[in-house]
Amino acid sequence: MKYFLKSLVKTIPVLLLITLIVFLLVRVTGDPVSLMLPETATEAERDSLREAMGFNDPLPIQYLNYLRDLVTGDFGDSFRYNTDALNLILERLPATLELAIASMIVAIIISVPLGILSAVKRNSFLDLFITGGAVLGKAMPSFWLGIMLILLLSVTFQFFPVSGRGTLGHLVLPAITLGTGIAAEMTRLIRSSMLEILGQDFIRTARSKGLGEAIIVNKHAFRNALIPVVTIMALQTSTLIGGTLITETVFAWPGLGQLLVQSVNLRDMAVVQAATFIIAIFVILSNLFADLVYRLLDPRIKYD
Amino acid sequence: MTEITEPIANEQKVKPQSSLKRLGKRLLKSKTGMVGLIIVVAVVLMAIFAPLLTDNDPAKTDVINRLLPPFWLEGGSTEFLLGTDNLGRDVLSRIIYGSRISLLIGISAVLLAGAIGMALGLIAGYYGKVWDFIIMRTVDSLLAIPNILFMLIILAVMGPSLITLILVLGGTSWVVYARMVRSETLSIKERDYVRSAKAIGAKDFRIITKYILPNVLSSFIVIATLNVATTIILEASLSFLGLGIQPPDVSWGLMLSDGREYIATSWWVATFPGIAITVTVLGVIFLGDWLRDVLDPKIKD
Repeated sequence: MKYFLKSLVKTIPVLLLITLIVFLLVRVTGDPVSLMLPETATEAERDSLREAMGFNDPLPIQYLNYLRDLVTGDFGDSFRYNTDALNLILERLPATLELAIASMIVAIIISVPLGILSAVKRNSFLDLFITGGAVLGKAMPSFWLGIMLILLLSVTFQFFPVSGRGTLGHLVLPAITLGTGIAAEMTRLIRSSMLEILGQDFIRTARSKGLGEAIIVNKHAFRNALIPVVTIMALQTSTLIGGTLITETVFAWPGLGQLLVQSVNLRDMAVVQAATFIIAIFVILSNLFADLVYRLLDPRIKYD
Repeated sequence: MTEITEPIANEQKVKPQSSLKRLGKRLLKSKTGMVGLIIVVAVVLMAIFAPLLTDNDPAKTDVINRLLPPFWLEGGSTEFLLGTDNLGRDVLSRIIYGSRISLLIGISAVLLAGAIGMALGLIAGYYGKVWDFIIMRTVDSLLAIPNILFMLIILAVMGPSLITLILVLGGTSWVVYARMVRSETLSIKERDYVRSAKAIGAKDFRIITKYILPNVLSSFIVIATLNVATTIILEASLSFLGLGIQPPDVSWGLMLSDGREYIATSWWVATFPGIAITVTVLGVIFLGDWLRDVLDPKIKD
C-alpha cells in the first residue's frame, strides 16, 4: 500500500507536465482564437473573444487559470456541438469501451492458443507458421486490414455491415481490426514467456513426477507465463486507445476515437484538450494498476 | 526470441576479417535477414530510380480513364498495370513514387528522434539528479498520451506539411531511445574503465563520447532500425487520417484513404498500396530482428 501511494504521488508531476504540454501546444504554437472562430470572423470579433477568454493575460496567469478550470472539471465548450466538452466525451465513451473490450477478447482468443502451441511445438513447421503470422500481423497497418475485411466480408460476401454501430454484427469487423495487432504482439509475448517457464526446474520436477504433458502446460506453465503477459498488455493501454482513433474512423464507429479525429480536423480544441487529458489520466492509472498486479501476482518481487 | 548466435570460438579460428565482411557472412546464413535486406534494398532502389521505372506521372489526373481495373481484368489496360484511381491516376506509378515519401520520412524522422533521444538519454543517465528527473518525467508524460493523438494535435495546430510531419514524428518518438540509452548509461558509468577515466581527470564530455556512447551504439542501431518500421506505419496512418502528406504529393497512406471510399466498386485502389506498406515494413522488421540477434543478443522482443 505504501508503495502504491508512493507511485501515486510520483504521477503528480507527470500530470502537471501533461497539462503544460497540452496548454503550450494549443495556446502558444497557434492562435487559439483563430482555432475557435470560423475563417470568416472579423478582426473585431477576434479581439473581443480574445479579451473574453483571457488570452491577453500573461502566459503564466493563463496557465494558472487553465489549471483552475481543469480542477473544477470545466473543460470549456465544444464550438462544433455547442455543448460542454466533457459531457460530449462521456457520451462517446461507452462505444469506445465496447470496441476496446471486444478487441481484447478477439486478441485473447487468437493469441492464447497460438502462443502456447508455438512454444510447445518449438521450431516445428507450426511454430514457424505462427511466428510468421505474428510478424505479418505487426507489419500490416490496421486501417488497411480494416479496409480489406470490409472488401472481403461486407462487400463480397455481405456477412457484416460496412460501418456504424448497433447490432453485434457491427462490432465484429472493427474488433478484429483492432484486435489483430494486439494479438500479434501477445502471441510473441506468450510464446517467449512460455518458453522461459518450460525450461525451469519446477516444470522438470512436474515431468519427473509423471504428470501428463497437458496438465503441465495448462496448469503449471501457462499460469506462470501469464504474469508478464498481463502486465505488458496493461502497459499497452495507450497503444490500444491510439488504435481506436484509426479503427473508429475506418468503420465510422461513433466513439471517442472518431470524435477526436473529427475534432482535431475541425480544430475543436476544447474537446481535444479535454479528451487528451482524460485519456492520459486513464493511461497513467492503468499503468499503475499493471505495476500493482504484477507485484501481487509474482511473490518474488518485493515492495521497495 | 533470440536465436543462439554462433560460438565465439568458431570465429576466432578463421583469420581476422573486417567486421563488415563478417556481418555479411552472417547475413547469408539468416534466411529472414536476407529476405529483409533484399526487400529494403529493392524499396530503396525503387525510390531512387522511380522515374526510370514508370513513364506515367503519379499526379496526372485523367478522368476518362478513371477507376480502370488492373491489366489482367476485363477493361484493364497494359498502360496502367495496376489500374487507376478515382481521378484516373496510375496506381502503380503512385506506389513507386510513394516509396520516396515513406523512406524519406521513415529515415529522417528516425535520425531526428535518435539524435534527441541519444542526447537526452546520455544526459539523464550520466548526470542524474535534476536532469534525470526532468527528462524522465517528460518521457512519462509523453508515454501517457497515445502518440498518434499527440501527433494529430501538433499537426492540426502547425498545419500539415512534409517538414512538420518529419519534425512531429521525430520530436515525439525520441522517448524510446532516451529510456534505453539512459538505462544502459546508468550501468556503463559504474564500470571500472569509466571510473578510472574519471579518476585520471577526463572531462565529462570526453567520457560520454569516448567511453559511454560507443557502448550504447549497438542497442541503439537495433532500436532505430525497428523504429523505421513503426514510423512508416505512423506516417501512413496520419496521411490516412488527413493530417499527413497532402496532395499532390503521393503517400501510400493517402492512397489508402482515397481507396477506402471506392472499396465497394474498385478494390485495387486500396489493396495495392496496403501491400506496399506491409511488404516494406516486413522487410524492415526482418532486418531489424536479424541485427538484434547479431549485434545485441541481450534485447528480447
